[in-house]
Formats: sequence, C-alpha cells, structure tokens
Amino acid sequence: MTSAYPSDAPEQLHGAEHPKHNLTGFIIFLCSESVIFLAFFSGYALLKTSALNWLPAGVDGLEWRMPLINSIVLVSSSGTIVLAERAMARGNLWGFRAFWLLTMALGLYFLYGQAVEWSGLKFGFTSGTFGGTFYLLTGFHGLHVATGVGLMTLMLIKSFIPGNYAGGEQGVQATSLFWHFVDVIWIILFVLLYVWQV
Amino acid sequence: MTSATFPTSEPKPSWSRYFSFNTDAKVIGIQYIVLAFFYFLIGGLLAMIIRGELITPASDLVDRTVYNGIYTMHGTVMLFLFIFPVLNGLNNLLIPTMIGAPDMAFPRLNAVAFWLVPIFGTLLIASFFVPGGPANSGWWSYPPVSIQNPLGHLVSGQGLWLTAVALSGVSSIMGAVNFVTTIIRMRAPGMGWFRMPVFCWTALAAQSLQLIGLPALTGGAVMLLFDLVAGTSFYRPEGGGDPVLYQHFFWFYSHPAVYVIILPVFGIFSELFPVYARKPLFGYVYVALASFIIVGLGLIVWVHHMFPSGVAQWMRNLFMVNTMLISVPTGVKVFAWLGTLWRGKLRLSTPMLFCLGGLFNFVFAGITGVMLATVPVDIHVSNTYFVVGHFHYVIYGAAVMGIFAAIYHWFPKFIGRMPYEGLGKLHFLLTFVGANLNFLPMHPLGLMGMPRRVSSYDPEFAFWNVIASLGAFLLGVSIIPFLLNMISAWVRGPKAPHNPWNAIGLEWLLPSPPPEDNFGEHVPVVIARPYGYGSGLPLVEHQAEREQALTLADKMEASR
Repeated sequence: MTSAYPSDAPEQLHGAEHPKHNLTGFIIFLCSESVIFLAFFSGYALLKTSALNWLPAGVDGLEWRMPLINSIVLVSSSGTIVLAERAMARGNLWGFRAFWLLTMALGLYFLYGQAVEWSGLKFGFTSGTFGGTFYLLTGFHGLHVATGVGLMTLMLIKSFIPGNYAGGEQGVQATSLFWHFVDVIWIILFVLLYVWQV
Repeated sequence: MTSATFPTSEPKPSWSRYFSFNTDAKVIGIQYIVLAFFYFLIGGLLAMIIRGELITPASDLVDRTVYNGIYTMHGTVMLFLFIFPVLNGLNNLLIPTMIGAPDMAFPRLNAVAFWLVPIFGTLLIASFFVPGGPANSGWWSYPPVSIQNPLGHLVSGQGLWLTAVALSGVSSIMGAVNFVTTIIRMRAPGMGWFRMPVFCWTALAAQSLQLIGLPALTGGAVMLLFDLVAGTSFYRPEGGGDPVLYQHFFWFYSHPAVYVIILPVFGIFSELFPVYARKPLFGYVYVALASFIIVGLGLIVWVHHMFPSGVAQWMRNLFMVNTMLISVPTGVKVFAWLGTLWRGKLRLSTPMLFCLGGLFNFVFAGITGVMLATVPVDIHVSNTYFVVGHFHYVIYGAAVMGIFAAIYHWFPKFIGRMPYEGLGKLHFLLTFVGANLNFLPMHPLGLMGMPRRVSSYDPEFAFWNVIASLGAFLLGVSIIPFLLNMISAWVRGPKAPHNPWNAIGLEWLLPSPPPEDNFGEHVPVVIARPYGYGSGLPLVEHQAEREQALTLADKMEASR
C-alpha cells in the first residue's frame, strides 16, 4: 500500500514529519509563544503601576547606556540574518555561512553583555517585584536568544551536508523568523524596562 | 480500488503497538482514550471519597487536610488527565479520518505529546506519597495558600502539582500545533472550509483557544513556582506582589479551557444529531461560525471568576455583559440542533440517548451560567455549591455525556466491533439519573449558602447532601456497564460493517477499522457539504463504487 505522503512509509521513519508543514507549524507555535511574553509584560506593567515602593532600597533605577549598545547589536543582527538568507537564495552558500556566523556572533555578544550587566547589579531575583520581574523578563528573553543561537548552530552544521539546502530550507526560514521574533520582543522589553523608568 | 478496501491479506497488527512509541494517529487516539479512562477511575474514586465524607454533616471519613488534598487532586486529575486527554484522543481518531488525511501533520510530535501524559500523570499521583501530601489549595492553586511550604521540603505536593501542570501545558501545545496544522494543510481535495465537518470546526476553534490561553497559565505558573521555591514575591503582598495577578493569569486560560472542553462536544452533537434524526444539520454555516464567535468572546470573560476578588466596578460590568453575550452563539447552536431534530426520524440508540441527555443538561447548565454571570447573584453564590453544581452540569452532564456518545458512535469504526445496545442503554440511564441526582441538589445547597471545599457542614444542609451522595454513588456504579461493554465488545463483539449507522462522512467511507494510512493514495474528492441526509446526493466523487467495494469487503469479512 503506497501513500500520497511518501514520509509515511515505514522505511522513512526518520523523516516522519512532513517537511512542507514544518513552517506552518512553527509559525503557529511562535504565535502561541508570544502570548507568554504578553502575560509577563502585562504582569510587569500591573505590578509596576500598582506598587507603592517600586525600587528596592539603595537602587535608583537601571543604567541604560550599555543595554542600549546591546540593543543596537541585537537589532543589527536581524539585518545580518536577512543578508544571510539573501545569500542563500542566490545560491551563495559561503556568503550564507559568513553572514550566519556574524549573526551568531552578534547574538553571543548580546548574551555576554547581558551577563556583564547582571553581574554589576545591586539587586537580586528576590529584591521585591522590581528585581523579580527584571530578572524574569531578561532571563526568559536571554533563554530565547540562547535557543536562537543553538538553532543557528544546527542550521550551520546542516549547511555542510552536500545538496541539503539546494531546494531552499524551511529550517533556515524558521530560525530566521524566530530570530526576528526574539528581536521584536527585546525592543518591547527595552522600552518597558529601561525607557519607562518614571 | 486496491488493498485500501481489502486489508484482509495484511497481518493483524499486534496488541503491543498500544504500549509502544507508535506514530499512527489512530493508535495514539486509542492510547489517549484508554489512559484517560484509567485516570478517570482514579479521579472518580476521589469523588466517591468526597461524597462519602459529605453524606454526614460531621467530618468523619477522612482528615480535613487529607480532604483538601482529595478535592484538589479530583479536580486536577479529571481536567488534566481525563477530559483533555480523552478529547485529544477523539481529535486523533477523527480529525485525520474526517478530512481524508493519512495521519497528523507531525506524527512524532504527536507521539511525544501523548507520552508526556503518563509522565506528568505519574508525577501528579506520586505527590500523594511525598511528605506533606499532595497539593491542597484547590485545583486553581490560588496564592497565598499555594505558596506556603511549611515543611520546607524542596519536593512538595504543590511543587509537583505545578511541574505536572506545566508539562501538561507543553503536551497540549504540541497537540494544538499539530491539530491546527493538520486541519489547515491536509484536507482532502474539494474540502473547502465550508465543506468541513463541524467536529473539525470545533476542534480548530478549541485548539486555537489552547494556543492563545495556555501560555498565559504557563507564565503565571512559572511565577508561582518561583514564589514557592526561589523566594520571589510576584504574588506575595508583603514583598509588593499581587495575589490577584495570579487569578488573572489562571482564569485567562482556565475559563477558555471550559470552551476547549465543550466546543468539541458541540461538534459531537452536530455530527450525531443529523445521523440519528436522518436530517441535514440545520444552519450548518452558522453552527460552524458560532464556534469562532465563542472563541472570541470566550477570551474576554475571565474576570467573571473574580467578581468578589476586588476588581474595579467597570470591569465587573464589562465582563458581566461579555459573559451574557456568549449565550447568543451558544443559543444559535442549541436551536440549530433542535431544528435538526424537528420532525426528524429519531433513532433512540445509545449514542443518540447520550446526545439528548447531554443537550438537556447543557441547557440547564447554560441557564445557571447566565445566573452566575450576573454580578449580584455571583457575589451571593460565589464559592458555594451553586458554582460546583453549575460546573459539573457543564462538564459531566454535557461534556462527558457527549464524549460517551462519541465513543459509542465511533467505537465500531476504530475498533471494528459493535458495542452492545442493552449495556449501553443501561449505562445511559444510570449516568443521566445519577448525574442529575448528584448535581441538582448542589444548586439549592449553594443558594442556602453551603460553601464548597469543606468536609463538615451545618446539619440543615444534610438532606440535599445525602441525595447528592446517593446520586454520586449511582454515577460510580454507572461506569461498570460501560467498562463491561467496552471490554467485551472489543474482545468478542460482533464484527462492525464499514457504516453501521448509515452515516455520511469521509470516515464512514473507510473500512472498520481503517488501514494505517487511511485512504492511502485514494483520497476521495469532496463534492458536497456534509450532512446530506435525505437528499440522496453523494458526498464524494465515485461514492457508489466506493460503497460497493466496502460492502463487498464487509460481506467477505462476515463470511469468514
């Protein structure tokens, strides 16, 4: 008995997922994932607006200069990933790898900057709702950046399989989409945490 | 037609596939349903203990702390380990076969989502055996009760509860991504949106709600877990936190969760009434679209669970109106079903009886639902047995009865054998009488002011409580004919033909049970809307040839 969907055949069990549906499924997942950030953002806003003493004792706000540099790095990495995708669309695999690596480097620099910022702060996770929401939001976002870098590593390795990306690759598209998503979330997060400080 | 209609030459698949990491949606569907009923028995046993305790006013059967753990676990097990898994089982069986797909879009993801269920189920049940016992802050786990950890153990019942609920969320999201992708991308040729069976419409609506709502609960639960184990103060007033914030997160998902449960049951009603009334579904387009109106409205009613929690008056008014508006699309559906039944040739077989009983109970629950939406009434009966009664009419009276209807209706298709009518009717009778006897007395009790979640009460409440407990024991007994029926029919029931109910739908154009890849290469081309009962018009191209081949295969099977 043959099937209209070749991946259903038992001998192809490793490719059992239908590749043409992967991007659809991933977009649906991203929409769902955005709600969790929406929940954290609205919780943050509610706790902040209703707080009597928002800042813990001895803390007078967040330093914004270094996070701003970090933001510029992350936002520009959204540009480099587009360049990587374009290089791949033109069939320039080495161009793709170069821009892809640059994007990964920018992502890693962002994580490094985040770690430096965390280590210099005078408040912790348990310093009231201010500390709690700060570390929750930046930590959860940082986890997504790390996931993005991980996905890019995977796609980079896959690019060395001969002919793998010849027909275009949904994994690259999905990773790029995820990276833009992480980027947009960071912009909202930056506004909420660093710009809205009154 | 090829082997798709004559699967006799293939070796019979072995039983062991039900205990393995199998990626066939039909196997996963049965795995879900059987496992769900295992947990149903556990949750039911807890319910029997609760009603046994409440048959007398004194707290005499179990310790008060144990009682708190028991009602918490009853709610959690029934929702996260029975209702959601059993519905996901039906989704797995019905969605691919109804739309003519060979399997789900992501078969391996599907299997992973299933196997998470026994993992978090075991975790949840294991919490009975940790120091301090299981979570005992009610199925909603409101702080500040849920962030107390007086014994100071890292592994507490509450911590396990939160982990289990988070894993359940992961599993449900995996399932939802899969179901939505499958419905969007894998429909048979010719099956446009308005040729899709209503069950798929309602499943799509319900799974969209999962995708929108569940992450909010997960986010809220993560913060609760940090408050419990890491000492943060998101919900601790003494640290500047707000316990009501958790209630927002919880109900933003958990109210829509009720629609996640009831929408597929609306789908089941819409599928079954036309079959057993021999008439097309009245107002098919409106029934289909009403599901999405319910999704939209269902997302903006959650504060009605929090009227007494100190929310602003404008919020109370807004959410009261929104909640009442839900009765419009729901009413559209109810009247569409009545229109379908009107002057139909009713066949009162077991699935139809369960549908009629479920519809009756649902209308009753709808009326008390509008009462509860009204702010003054809600504040009066909040946290009383009135709420418990309303909820159980929705969940047991309507949803579980609808699920039983679906099981009796599609059992022949997916098991290949016929369930027994006599046992089925006995099951229906006991369920219908038991449910009403159990849950109706909760309404006068609530109006009299009996609070929920107490193990002892004033003797003036005794009369209704005794009746409710007797009803509950009847419900407990009702499960015996059901299990007897299912097991004996599965083992030695009469062989089912491909279409025992004379139903119209793609799943009835498959042999019983369907082959592993359903239609294989021979996916039918859909040329009409579903439910063409009485019209004599075909649903798919070459319908007559397909049915002839299937009937021939049935005869060959019967003569063997």
